[in-house]
Amino acid sequence: MAKELLKGNHAFAEAAIRAGCEAYFGYPITPQTEALEHMSKRMPELGRVFLQAESEVAAINMVYGAACAGVRVMSSSSSPGVSLMMEGLSYIAGSELPVVLVDIMRGGPGLGNIAPSQGDYNQIVKGGGHGDYRPIVLAPASVQEFIDLTVEAFDLAEKYRCIVIILADGSLGQMMEPAELPEMREVRRFEERPPWSLSGAKGRTPNVISSFYLDPLNEEEVNRRLMAKQAEIEANEIRFRELMLDDAEIAVVAFGTSGRIAQSAIKNAREEGIRVGLLRPISLYPFPYERIRQLGDNVKEILVVEMNSGQMLGDVRIGIEGRIPISFYGRQGGVVPMPDEVLEEIQKVNSRSSAS
Amino acid sequence: MQTEIIISGFGGQGVLFAGQLLSYAALEKDLHVTWYPSYGPEMRGGTAHCTVIISDDEIGSPVIRNPTAVIVMNLPSLDKYEPLIKTNGVLIVNTSLVDRDPEREDLRIVLVPANDIAEELGDKRMSNLVMLGSLVNKLDILSIEDIGTSLDRHIPKHRRNLLEGNLKALERGAALAMGEKLAT
Repeated sequence: MAKELLKGNHAFAEAAIRAGCEAYFGYPITPQTEALEHMSKRMPELGRVFLQAESEVAAINMVYGAACAGVRVMSSSSSPGVSLMMEGLSYIAGSELPVVLVDIMRGGPGLGNIAPSQGDYNQIVKGGGHGDYRPIVLAPASVQEFIDLTVEAFDLAEKYRCIVIILADGSLGQMMEPAELPEMREVRRFEERPPWSLSGAKGRTPNVISSFYLDPLNEEEVNRRLMAKQAEIEANEIRFRELMLDDAEIAVVAFGTSGRIAQSAIKNAREEGIRVGLLRPISLYPFPYERIRQLGDNVKEILVVEMNSGQMLGDVRIGIEGRIPISFYGRQGGVVPMPDEVLEEIQKVNSRSSAS
Repeated sequence: MQTEIIISGFGGQGVLFAGQLLSYAALEKDLHVTWYPSYGPEMRGGTAHCTVIISDDEIGSPVIRNPTAVIVMNLPSLDKYEPLIKTNGVLIVNTSLVDRDPEREDLRIVLVPANDIAEELGDKRMSNLVMLGSLVNKLDILSIEDIGTSLDRHIPKHRRNLLEGNLKALERGAALAMGEKLAT
């Protein structure tokens, strides 16, 4: 297929449709509403389900129900709306259901604003809802990557029977870039629904889907199963992209939009002769700890850049294990850092590490 | 090579659409392009701007502090962006709505009475295309014909009757830019 000029929000919605998403439940919130708008038009055209719920709480519970029935289902929202979904997400995690959710982050806390932010990293990457679970979290940095990861998210969710959250920010939702959409996949037929799903028990033992285990020993068994799955996810699903790290003395670590802003800054720093490279984690859970650990052996200092007050910073520290200095540059509240600000931070780190 | 363009004005002046036309034309030429809008509750009357980056290489940041070229549709936009443009950059000023001269002397400036020209062509809403014509003439990346083609492909159906007028608006803007005021 040829490249088209696509807005992030339209692109991921259409990508989900082409990945065979059969039902979408949501509630409008800027800066992701164009996705809901796109779904409201396209899903009925294709004879699939679009439903604008009365709230995000209702929407995520509709997602829960559809997932129980074994259909490919998703929702999308932005920070405050995603907060409202947390109880439902925890139930979905406890019930081990495949669900895809997109969070187009905006400035916060509270009602905040509608500008781009990465302030939900800890909430989303560390679990979000109550209880012992981790969703797979993927962070795109371009419209094309947004499309590709959305398609992949459905496959991963079903492979592991888990939640996959795509964590992007308002700028990626709103911007347009040339990108290529995938071919349309067929929606799964009724007979092809997974064997565990609640699709009618005629002629077989009824399936039970629940997140309620009154006996702690039974609940612990569920927790152990989730842990085993997480170990498998951590072994198989780490994704990152790196740039100019081979001879680097400084490594910038940044995800999503911060990552591509840092990419411009690094290019400029290289022109000044600074040996700097970029590591952009794409899977935030599972986090590329091992690659970060290696960086601790190869570079003199790390600079973490985020659109928050330093959240992924904690994971970078875990990977570095205190061996080399880590600096942080962040903008908060919906402010997007300019490449020249990041360049200035790289210059500061460089003069410090050359002096030592 | 990377060209960074900001188009800024009031909401309703068509600054976002003008940026999209540039982006569509760049895509047709197989160039890399990003279109980054201001978004918010503003409709007609508020401020609106977009950043368009066109490059022959992968684009990193979709936002920049110092653009290569700027279209200002109104005075607040001139005040905001004039100091930020790179040396030898391009500044296109809508003199129909801006009542002061630019102060910088290290820019390639085109003064365009865009609303007046658009009105003369039959609809003042075409002022964005007049300005875009001047800009494209000053940049060596796309031609007026490229923009015309993307306009033909992407003009909304219910505005198709304005296609011919808009093409003329582009040409008038380009012609005016030929006689740019050169930096001294």
